[in-house]
Amino acid sequence: MHQGYSPKVYTGGTVVAMSIGLTLLGLLETGPRHGYDLKRAYDEHFGQDRPLHYGQVYSTLSRLLRDGLVEVDGVEAGEGPERKRYAITASGVTDVRDWLVTPERPEPYLHSTLYTKVVLALMSGRSAAEVLDVQRGAHLETMRTLTRRKLTGDLADQLICDHALFHLEADLRWLELTAARLDQLSAEVRR
Amino acid sequence: MSGPLLEAMDLYKSFGPTPALDGAGMSLWPGEVVAVMGPSGSGKSTLLHCLAGILRPDSGTVSYNGTELSALSDVARSELRRTEFGFVFQFGQLVPELTSLENVALPLRLGGMRRREAEQAATEWLERLEVADVAGKRPGETSGGQGQRVAVARALVTRPKVVFADEPTGALDSLNGERVMRLLVAAAKDTTAAVVLVTHEARVAAYSDREVVVRDGKSTQVELIP
Repeated sequence: MHQGYSPKVYTGGTVVAMSIGLTLLGLLETGPRHGYDLKRAYDEHFGQDRPLHYGQVYSTLSRLLRDGLVEVDGVEAGEGPERKRYAITASGVTDVRDWLVTPERPEPYLHSTLYTKVVLALMSGRSAAEVLDVQRGAHLETMRTLTRRKLTGDLADQLICDHALFHLEADLRWLELTAARLDQLSAEVRR
Repeated sequence: MSGPLLEAMDLYKSFGPTPALDGAGMSLWPGEVVAVMGPSGSGKSTLLHCLAGILRPDSGTVSYNGTELSALSDVARSELRRTEFGFVFQFGQLVPELTSLENVALPLRLGGMRRREAEQAATEWLERLEVADVAGKRPGETSGGQGQRVAVARALVTRPKVVFADEPTGALDSLNGERVMRLLVAAAKDTTAAVVLVTHEARVAAYSDREVVVRDGKSTQVELIP
């Protein structure tokens, strides 16, 4: 294994790459497309904050081609380089179907930097309430930005912002609950 | 304007032996939306009631446009609430015997406006709040979301300077709550009304420009740089 190439990084990277590959496959299920059209369709539907690079599209397509999940449906000669049109194969369709019905792993969120900060603040006699207040302010500011974006955006924007807003709201509920339990936590930490 | 529209300083208020406000304060500038946040029982609704002149604090001051509310008679404070303030509560508190149209027209009628003009203005506000279709229905015949939008129309029909909203989405599901907030904030911004929004929901507070946090009767506010 390459030095510094930890299993965690490897796994994370693979998941992301896999997810892009499967998303492109899903888009190809609606009909054959050129790489350029695929990138446009991906960016329009899923690339809100993170559009795909052309390099990513073509490297992913060559991997899908190697694995037999897509095939070249046609080649058009033009003034520039040849344009290949890609189509999904039966194996590709199977992979997309399996992926859609495989649940995403619910994130347990058991390692919280914020919890660590609160405990350390209490241990060192600093104000844990201030740690929570500062975080609440930062969370709310992000929520305001997302809410403004939601109000002017289309339905896709609204759904994506809502997903983020519900997660941030969950954090804030934890902040409130922790704020209400600081005395109790303080007694336990100093025991 | 050189100062805040509404300012509360060092408020103390007890109900029997229980202190509800313990030195709380906040300011409200023209046209801004401020969320008052905090856990249940923290004193946020008591703070709103003192700001709106519904409750008299045991000590401390509340000034509206430079006038101290405690210096006003009960009649003058009622008049102020009717002409300058609008209210939206968790449950619409609409008059059950009146239709939506009559409910929205009511504050204007109380101010002496003729029925026809009042109902015309009410119709416009019902349209703006996307509830024109329930104009002829009584509160018992509308959904919770529709009722709250009628309540928002009633709060804004007099073009108040301040709207006090106490958990306006507390009894609604997410989708209806979002709709009420979107329409409330848009209407307030259009009419340059300031809003004091009491809520314990962060997604609702995210519609505000800034927040005041109340805990154990004390408040901390993010200061606005005018």
